[in-house]
This record gives sequence, structure tokens and C-alpha cells, in this order.
Amino acid sequence: MIKFITIISTFLVFAFGSANADPKKVGFIYIGPPGDHGWTYMHDVGRQYMESQLGDSITSTYIENVPENADAVRAIRKLADSGHDLIFTTSFNYMDQTHEVAKDFPDIKFEHATGYIQADNVATYSARFYEGRMIEGHIAGHMSKTGTIGYIASFPIPEVVRGINAFYLAAAKINPDIKMKIIWVFTWYDPGKEADAANTLINQGADIIVQHTDTYAPCQAAQKAGVYAFGQASNQEAFCPDAHLTSIEDIWGPYYAERAKAVVDGTWSSGDTWDGMDKGMVVMSPYNTKLMPTDLIQEAVNMEVGIKDGTLHPFTGPIYNQAGELVVPEGEVAPDGMLLGMNFYVQGIDGEVPQ
Amino acid sequence: MSVDLILGILQIVLIATTPLVFAGIGELVTEKSGVLNLGVEGMMLVGAVTAFVTLVITGSYFFAFFISLLSGVVMSGLFAFLVLFLMSNQIATGLALTIFGIGLSSMLGKEYIGTPINGLSPWFFVIFSFVIVFLVSYFFYKTKMGLILRAVGESHNSAHALGYSVIKIRFLSILFGGSMCALAGSYISICYAPMWQEGMTAGRGWIALALVVFATWKPERVLIGAYIFGGVTILQMNLQALGLRFPGQFFSMAPYLATIVVLVLISSNRLRIKLSAPASLTLPFYKGR
Amino acid sequence: MSNFLPTIVSRSQSSNIMNFFVPIIAIVLTLITGSIIFLLLGFDPLYALYTFFISPISSSYGISELLVKATPLALIAIGLAFCFKNNIYNIGAEGQLTMGAIFGGGIGILFHDTNTFWLLPLMIIAGAIGGALWGLIPALLKTKFNTNEILTSLMLVYVALFILDFLVVGPWKDPHGFSFPKSRAFSDSGRMPLLFDGLRVHFGLIITLFLIFISWFVFSKTMLGFQLKVSGFSPKAARYAGFNQTTLIFLAFGICGAFAGIAGLSEVSGPIGLLYRDISPNYGFTAIIVAFLGRLHPLGIIFASLIIALTYLGAEDAQLFLQIPSAVGFIFQGLVLFYLLGAELLINYKLSFKRT
Repeated sequence: MIKFITIISTFLVFAFGSANADPKKVGFIYIGPPGDHGWTYMHDVGRQYMESQLGDSITSTYIENVPENADAVRAIRKLADSGHDLIFTTSFNYMDQTHEVAKDFPDIKFEHATGYIQADNVATYSARFYEGRMIEGHIAGHMSKTGTIGYIASFPIPEVVRGINAFYLAAAKINPDIKMKIIWVFTWYDPGKEADAANTLINQGADIIVQHTDTYAPCQAAQKAGVYAFGQASNQEAFCPDAHLTSIEDIWGPYYAERAKAVVDGTWSSGDTWDGMDKGMVVMSPYNTKLMPTDLIQEAVNMEVGIKDGTLHPFTGPIYNQAGELVVPEGEVAPDGMLLGMNFYVQGIDGEVPQ
Repeated sequence: MSVDLILGILQIVLIATTPLVFAGIGELVTEKSGVLNLGVEGMMLVGAVTAFVTLVITGSYFFAFFISLLSGVVMSGLFAFLVLFLMSNQIATGLALTIFGIGLSSMLGKEYIGTPINGLSPWFFVIFSFVIVFLVSYFFYKTKMGLILRAVGESHNSAHALGYSVIKIRFLSILFGGSMCALAGSYISICYAPMWQEGMTAGRGWIALALVVFATWKPERVLIGAYIFGGVTILQMNLQALGLRFPGQFFSMAPYLATIVVLVLISSNRLRIKLSAPASLTLPFYKGR
Repeated sequence: MSNFLPTIVSRSQSSNIMNFFVPIIAIVLTLITGSIIFLLLGFDPLYALYTFFISPISSSYGISELLVKATPLALIAIGLAFCFKNNIYNIGAEGQLTMGAIFGGGIGILFHDTNTFWLLPLMIIAGAIGGALWGLIPALLKTKFNTNEILTSLMLVYVALFILDFLVVGPWKDPHGFSFPKSRAFSDSGRMPLLFDGLRVHFGLIITLFLIFISWFVFSKTMLGFQLKVSGFSPKAARYAGFNQTTLIFLAFGICGAFAGIAGLSEVSGPIGLLYRDISPNYGFTAIIVAFLGRLHPLGIIFASLIIALTYLGAEDAQLFLQIPSAVGFIFQGLVLFYLLGAELLINYKLSFKRT
């Protein structure tokens, strides 16, 4: 049976993709709707950028709202079965499903976002969002008058914990007494609950709201309360112009275009990509000139330059954990392995990562 | 703890709990007439999206809420037609209504996600939610119509024998429930978190359903139940922000466990439950029986 | 009142002819409405309907997927029938499913490096026990404290989901998984055997068919089935006949929970192979619709589970091949259900044009 599928798929690849004149088909699996103005929206912006760059040499399709369970296998396989040459699965929990399908379609290339397992035809890619958190932390250190930061966290996964630590380390450099108040809401997506969390934090004295959830409800709440906020995933300035300092934007377009081009040229190879500001995968939204002093904006821009040329790293030692143990020695930077599995707070943050 | 802090927490609780009160009181009236409508979440979503879209198009808050209430009437009218005239199973039809509402709201709102609007102050609706609970309570226990409605929910055959139109009364109760759910939805998309996002009610419809049973079908207790639920949720956020150490999942679980515990305490008195639960709940009525 | 409007009269017996025709009428109406919607949205209605109903099952893989999707729905729905026949409104099957996955999956994680023949049977038993225990909580509360089971069973869904969340984020996290919220993979002997090479349909289907057959036997041939029916129809009569309502409640919840637990376990040991946060696309809730759509009858439930599963697959194909948004899939699914539910009227009642 596997053989049979392989023959069929080879046939499909032959029928739809082998002749050079035929456009290559690129498929996307989305966890949410492309209009969510958060995670999925930015992947769709990337998809459209890819189309605009590669023109007639590719076509693209997507399946939206694919749950992260057994259903995902079918959705991915449908893309594979219908002659797609390159398939992007854009959420961490599609990992096993992507590999399950990829096994049966050795000639189709797969790209799994935020995963850590590769195969001959499965590459992984992610962005170093924590670089942006460092700049946010620096800005917050300067801008916070109460010295209290309100941080809305989704789920205790390394990605989120890394962001909290990067933010705090940068903020504490400016203001060593700065306090982090963290609320775990255990959802990526619940505008009401996100607003509640923001209001609770503001009520407890936070004058800067940081979010690692998907909607712009926290930024709106900050605007209403007259405090500052950082946005998430896309530029949220339109929704909270008087609160929004900057956002960390996920820019997938150039990567998608590069990988699709590699498939068109026949040069695609598997690998693990973890790019940051240097490659333009993480971009800061325009800093709010109404709210931020000019020299602070200049500092933030300088930091971007430093991060891009490698002279500045958010996790530069000495870094201690909450028990006071030295985890990154002076003069060194945290290795990627530690960052990938980060599940502890650094010294100075109260509370503990929910386990 | 300062007074300001406590007042602040109170404000957040009031704002967060109001949609639960609206949806809960609407469903309570529906159930009191003997009909269980599990489509609350679907009606809330459609209410939320119609209000938002109308506001974007017309710029009028009045029209936004008006059209939203109308959408609640249409959605619940569809449900009423199925369960009252075609006598379909209420539980399955309600669940189907939710599925339908999820789809319809996503489709209607597709072009409007991420459109910025000016949110409306929630305080009028917060006060109105208390008023409406009081009005429903007054209606049930002080007016003849309220008595009839309860009689229909208690025993539709007796009510019919007394010459009351069971179908008409149930129809109106369902429509009231639907419009309240739509109001809850429009409050969420216009006041609480002013935006439209697919599925933005995030399960509040199910909580509202639970509240009605929790309240043992008594209007004022919907208020109490909603505030316990909303209060526990906000309280755990405050404890987290104060840096208390605990596994977050267990605190997120707390409102649900608390509901069960309180329910056990309330309902262990059999007589009290018997007096308030509508005996004909989910039973279809037809004259030829 | 107008004399010319038809009145609805209860049939003394549900109509067998109508039993057969109703689904067909409903489907025809759905096709007509569907065509109108697709036409309005600017799609070729015939092609759209083909994409929705035929193309998903036009290959052996498609049929296998239909069965993969229908299996948990049918298994949970037949369990729910034990409750609903007795007018016990257990709407918390999703939680019982989750508990089954936790218990059975827990065994799978414990023996993740063991390959023996007894692992899968042990996991299935553990899954059944987990689901049954979770189902027995509302039963206990109902019988001991008179607590309404609709609410408690629903609340316990959320509690079960949070427990699963806690486990995969904390103690059961894969030690080699970079702290991501998922468990280790089960060993090969902890997986449901596949029925055909290269297709995902698995041994869970056989278990489901077996349990549906047993349920049919219980419903139609045993004293228990008779008791469930009588006490559902008239609790008073049941009391006179000396049936113990408390025992019936425990039995119904226990059986339903066990079935849902097995469904949850077959989902994680079948297509998934490990535990993580989001194991079920609301199978426990959708199965409630399946149960009523199938009129609590084993054969009806099998058909209903296939129809509902098909609407899910169709919505995916419509997205892929026609770029119809997934929302339209939901709307369409809602319509199919409305028609099927509404058309049931014709089975149990008839229209009478006689003057009253």
C-alpha cells in the first residue's frame, strides 16, 4: 500500500510539478484563520509576499483552522496528495503529523515551524523573537515610572519563558529594582481574558503591559487606562495609538520566498533555520515618536544594529537562575541548546514557571 | 491591600462578569418555560459579529445593538421553529445551532477582523444587567404572565388545559433568551474587548448554561453564580500577579470545581431543587397527546 | 384558529416508511439549500456539492479517513445512548474521553520502552477505567446529593482538560522534548494495530463495532435494556416495577464513561501515538448530536456518525479545492443537522388536515 501511495505521489509530482514550465504548488497549514491579526495572519502575509516575489513560478493554497490533533495528518496529506511540492506547517504541535506524512512522500518538501526534529525532506524554521524582547525590556526600563511591568503569558513553553527572561535581563540593566508581575492565562486567544489580565496588572501598579498572547485586547486595555504597551506578532499601533510603543513583528515572507525558490530551482535541502533580526525575520514596528524620547528611540535602533552584527546578545553572562547558580558565565552567551529548552526564570523574577 | 486596589479589582470583576449575567438570565427564562437551548455560544457569537459589523458600517451604537438583538431573535427563532413546530430534539438542535452560529459569525465577520473601532463604556450595561435580573425576578414572581410562564415550564399539559398557549409562550421565551445572548455577545465585541475575532466569546456561552443550573433556575442566583465565577477567575489572576507560587492549571480549574462544590451544597436539599426546576424541561409539547 | 392549517398528530407507532425516507428528504433539502448558498457565494453548485460529499470518500484513503473520524463519534454516541435512553443528560463525554486518554496514555508512557503483547490491552482497560471513574463522579453526585448531572458532567470536562494540560506541561513532559508540552511517544506495542497497510483506520474500529453490537444486544434482548427504556419513559412506572433508579444511573454513567474512555484511548494510541494538550476535536460534544441524530439506535448511530464525519471531511476538501472558507463548512454542517432533526417530525408525527 505504501508503495502504491508512493507511485501515486510520484505520478502526481510528475503530472503537476516536473515540467519546468508548470508552476510549483506551495501549501500552508494554518492553526487559526488568516485574519486573526496575530500568528496566522503573519504567516499569510508571508505567503502573499512569497507569491508576489516568485510570480508565475509558483501557486499557493492554504487550509485554515486545522486543529493540532489527528485531523492535521489528513489536512497535510491532502496537500501532499493534491500535487503540492512544498508544504509549510505553521504550528509547533503539527510536528509528529508533519513527519508522519513526510515519511510517505519522500519527493515532497516539508517545512515545520518552531519544531526541532528534521528529516531528509522535513526542514524546521523559527524566529528569534527574544531578540525583540530584549529591546522591549530596554525601552520598558526607561519608560516605566512605577518600576512595575505587567506581563501576560500564554503557556509555560520555552518560547514564552525565553521572552520573559530576555525582557527582564534588559530591563533590569536599566533599572535594577524593576519588578515583573506575570499572569499566565493558559490560552493564546481569549480577548476578554487577555483584557482582564491587562486590567488586573494595571490595577496592581504596572504601567507597561507586555503580552505573549494573540489578540490586541491587552494593548487596547492599556490605551484605555493610559499606560504603555508592547504589541505582539504584527504592528498593533492602529488599535492603541496612545499606548503602543512598538511590536515584535514576525516576518516570514523572505524565508518563504527563499525556500519556494529553492524548490523551483531544485536546490532545496533540509535544515534547521533559527533566524533573527540579522535576516529580517524579527522586525520591530516603528517606535512611537509621540511617546518615546528621541534618544531612547536612537538607543533602540542602535541595539537593533548590535543584535544584527552579533555584538549584542540578549543572554550574555553572567546570568544566574533563581537559586543563585551561575548558568551563563561572564563573557559568554547562552548556547542555543539552553535557549531552546529554557524552563526557568532568571534571578530577580519572582514566582516560578508553572510546571 | 489598599482601598484603590480592591475597588479596581471590583471594577474588573463587574466588567468581566456582565456578559455571563446577560446570557445566563436569557437562558434562564428560556429554560423556565420548559425549553433547553444549548445554542447560547452560537447566538452570542452571531450577536457579537452583527453588532460589530453594524457599528463599522453605520457608526451608530444604537443600530449596532439593535441589529444585534435582532440577530438573536432570528437565531433563536430558527431554534424555536425547529423545536416547537417540528418538535426536534432540543439538545441536538441547540448544539447544531452553536455549530451554525460559529460558521455564520466567522463568515459575516471575515472582512471586518482587525477593523479598529471606538469601544463603548461598559458601565451602562453593567447596571442594566442588574436591572434586567431584577425585572425578570419581578416578572416571574409578581406578575400573572410570569406565573403562566412558570406553569408552562412546570406542566405544559395542565397549562394547555387551562387555556394558555404553550407554544406561543415558549416561542416568546426562546426569543427573549436569544436576544439576551446576542446582547451578551455585542457587549463583548463593543465594550468588553472592542474588536471582532472569530470565536471571541471563548466558551462563555457554556459557562452561562452552567450558571442557570447552578442558580437552580432562580434569577437572583444567576447573578450570584456569575459573580462567584467571575470573581474566582479575576482573583486567581490577582494572586498570580502578586507572585504567589502555585500550579496555574489548578487555579484555572478552580472556578469549575467551585461551581460543582457549591452546586452540591445547594442541591442536597431535594425539596428546594424540586420547587424551582421546570419539570417539563426538554420535553416536547404537542396538542394531540 | 384556522381550520385549514394542518395539525400534528402523534403516530401510534413510528412510521417505518418514514424512517427510511426522512434521511433522504433531509439530504435532498440540504442539497437544494447548499446549491443556493454556493450559487450566492459564486461557486458552481454541482462541483461544490461533489467536493463536499463525494470527493472526500472517492479513494480508499478517503474511506479510511471517514472511518477514523467516525469511530470515536460512534463509540461515544452509543455510550451516550445508555444515558439518554434513561433521560440522564450526560454532556460531559469529552471529559470522560480525556480521562480515558490520561489513564490509558499514562500506562503507555510508563511502559514507553516495553514491547509486549499485553501493553495495548492494559492501556485499553486503563482507558475504560479512567473514563468510567470520571463518569461515575456525576452519577455519585446525582444519586447522593441530587446534583444536576448536566452541569457537573460539563464542568468536569474543563477539569479533565486542565489535568491533561498539567500532566503534559509538567510531570509527563517528554524529557527529550525541549520542554514542549507533549509526552514521550508510546512504544509500538502500545499503538492500535492498523487494519490495512498505509491507511490510518485502526483496531479501534473493530472494538467500536463490537461494543455497538453488545449495546444492541443489551438494548433489545436484556432486562437492563428494558429497564433503561421503561425508566426513561416513565420513572414512576419503573419504581412500581421495582427497578432501582440509583443502580441504573451508576450503570449508565459507568458504561458511557468507559466507552468514551476507550474512544479517547484509541485516539491517542491510534492516530496520535502520544499525549498532548489538544487530543480531541470535540468528539465528546459532537457525539451528542450523533446520538440523537441516530435516535439512540445502534444502526442509526452508525449512519449518523458517518454523515457527521463526512461533513467534516467535506469542509476540508472544499477549503482545499474551492477555497471555500472553513466557516462555510460549519454553516453547511449546521444546515444538514437542522434538516435531519427537523425532518424527524415526519417519523413520529403525521400531519392531519381534518377539521378539529
